[in-house]
Amino acid sequence: MEVLVYLVPLALALGFVGLLGFLWSLKSGQYDDLDGAAWRAIADDEPANDQGPSK
Amino acid sequence: MQADIDFSHYLKNAGTGLIHLDLAVEGINCAGCMAKIERNLSAIPDVTSARVNLTDSRLALEWKAGALDPALFVSRLAELGFKAYPFERDDAETLEAQRAQGLLRRLGVAAFAAMNVMMLSIPVWSGNVSDMLPEQRDFFHWLSALIVLPAAAYSAQPFFSSALSALRARGVNMDVPISIGIVLALATSVIETINHAEHAYFDAAIMLIAFLLAGRYLDQNMRRRTRAFAGNLAALKAETATKFISATEIRTVPAAAIRPGDIVLLRPGERCAVDGNVIEGRSEVDQSLITGETLPAMAAPGSAVFAGTLIRSGTLRVRASAASGGTLLDEISRLLDHALQARSRYLRLAERASRLYAPVVHATAFLTLLGWLAYGATFHDSIVTAIAVLIITCPCALGLAIPAVQTVASGTLFGSGVLLNAGDAIERIAEVDRVIFDKTGTLTLPELDVTNFASIPDDVIELAGRLALSSRHPVAAAVARAAGAAAPLPGIEEDPGQGVHGYHQGHPIRLGRPSFCGADSLANELLHRDPEASVVAFSHGDTRHVFAVRQKLRADAADVVSGLERLGLAVEIVSGDREPAVRLAAETLGIHEWRAGVSPVDKIARIEELARQGCKVLMVGDGLNDAPALAAAHASMSPVSATHVSQAVADAVFLGERLAPVRTAIVVSRKALRLMRQNLWLAVVYNVLAVPIAIAGLVTPLIAAAAMSGSSVLVMLNAMRARGRGTV
Repeated sequence: MEVLVYLVPLALALGFVGLLGFLWSLKSGQYDDLDGAAWRAIADDEPANDQGPSK
Repeated sequence: MQADIDFSHYLKNAGTGLIHLDLAVEGINCAGCMAKIERNLSAIPDVTSARVNLTDSRLALEWKAGALDPALFVSRLAELGFKAYPFERDDAETLEAQRAQGLLRRLGVAAFAAMNVMMLSIPVWSGNVSDMLPEQRDFFHWLSALIVLPAAAYSAQPFFSSALSALRARGVNMDVPISIGIVLALATSVIETINHAEHAYFDAAIMLIAFLLAGRYLDQNMRRRTRAFAGNLAALKAETATKFISATEIRTVPAAAIRPGDIVLLRPGERCAVDGNVIEGRSEVDQSLITGETLPAMAAPGSAVFAGTLIRSGTLRVRASAASGGTLLDEISRLLDHALQARSRYLRLAERASRLYAPVVHATAFLTLLGWLAYGATFHDSIVTAIAVLIITCPCALGLAIPAVQTVASGTLFGSGVLLNAGDAIERIAEVDRVIFDKTGTLTLPELDVTNFASIPDDVIELAGRLALSSRHPVAAAVARAAGAAAPLPGIEEDPGQGVHGYHQGHPIRLGRPSFCGADSLANELLHRDPEASVVAFSHGDTRHVFAVRQKLRADAADVVSGLERLGLAVEIVSGDREPAVRLAAETLGIHEWRAGVSPVDKIARIEELARQGCKVLMVGDGLNDAPALAAAHASMSPVSATHVSQAVADAVFLGERLAPVRTAIVVSRKALRLMRQNLWLAVVYNVLAVPIAIAGLVTPLIAAAAMSGSSVLVMLNAMRARGRGTV
């Protein structure tokens, strides 16, 4: 059962990483437009975002 | 016309030399539109980002400061076939959006904690019947506590704070038993863990929180979406005002940018966008949106005009005022405050249920404690059993029963053109047994229309329509619109206050006052038949015709009225308009009860009289004069063309030219209320089954968790029935 010593912290850490990922996605506005997001996934291509020579 | 608007009010600095603009766009409804708009607008040089929000039909633009005129975007969108208007998020919408995001964050925390705890709980559940060492079990319990306690402390705050405020106001709401359940479940679990006991309820507690937060989030998200949609509607009205920026110079600005003291120019055919006092000029004004009175009034220096007034003949200069000195507005806001206080006393179904529920559950738990003590169990065992009763009777089902139905039903209503302003509107609309309609703007369409086309030859209609395009007078505009005219006649001049005239095919042609066209006798004959109509006369050579222009009844008004009666509702008209007009509308629609010339005070008095008789009234109205009555009624609805004040106090706003949404709202709400009651009963049945097990002391954490998710899913599935079928 010594395996618990590293498996349990590992599991907790993974869960924590998942939570941080969720909070990040929330903060960056990924839940603001759920209808649009569903369609963007199957859009042919991203609109050409021509930023000129600065990029 | 759009290009003339001054955008500076809406531009925001997005930092590092970027400018941000939000547009509400009409007609985005598919992925194709979204891609088309984004591709076209990002192709404009200097635009750094163009992102469509499909849920809210909005477009966020950012570009490098200096180079671009924002009007370019609007005209580019118009080329693509979309109407766009700048808008500003109002405070109410920002608040709802923040709340929704806050709930989602808490839901995320609770859900992640629940998943991780489940990972620890399953070994414990299976270990209890096999070979798990007590030390290992304690270790897993402590780990669960480590995850759940901080997660619950954070994510259950909405319940705790709502319960606290209810207790402070000496009331009980659904959050009180929920909070007690959560706190007791956690406290018992900690104590049991310290005592090396077999059962801890960390998993059940956090799962309960996650389920309830899911319900709250759905509810809040629907509210946010409604708010956003209402914001778009306000933007699409594109209310502008012509403001004097110096003594002689004028500029068109958004109505939102007008400050008290600004001087505004109003021309014939315009709808006033601000409240204020006339300082110069005289004009006939149509105040029907404010008072319900269809006969034009006279505005002269010193008289008050209100937002929504239609200017008919002359040009006015108006000084905008914040709190107008107009007695009407003052009186209405006083009545409104009073009526809104009365409404807040309404007790929601959830509150009534929890008022019954909390004492029963808490008494059962207490009796369980006493029972086991009397039976000879130890104090520790008795209290653990009593707490198990509280935990099992604190089901998500009760917390979800009502919000789940509300969310689904408001989604259905949203789809059929009804936006709900208040969360408990569904319950109140479902209970009504009498519908009171205002006439002007509610039973009738707010726009003027020609009523006697049938008696006029087609070629005359076409010619008169083309001629009318040269006039700004609203009555002439109605003729042009009704005739579907698109090509104005050349060489036409306008005689202010009289009409338009010119030559067509060698003959003089005129449209305007009957005396201007020499058609007085025809006009008098028509007015004799229909005293409420405005008359506009037409002459071409020797031909003379008169058009009767008036507000037309909504096309489906009669059907809706009879439909409402079939639903067992009494229908009544209470209008501020004069008797003949109201009588005619009532006779056409087959409504037997009607009152005309009713003041705002008397409208409230009528509603209160009905309330005393035990009637529950749904008030449907649009005018400023209806606002207090809308607030005083048991439930209320407004068409989207209503004044701001009325829309803000109404429980629901309906879109479009049809009256059918009123009936739909009642049908859907009744069904939803039935489902809410069913859900509450489901929750009760669940309790009746589960409580004896808890009293017997047989509840394990596994049973608690299974019962909780089982009942929640059941209630959610039942709520789904509020969708679809039978909504029309």
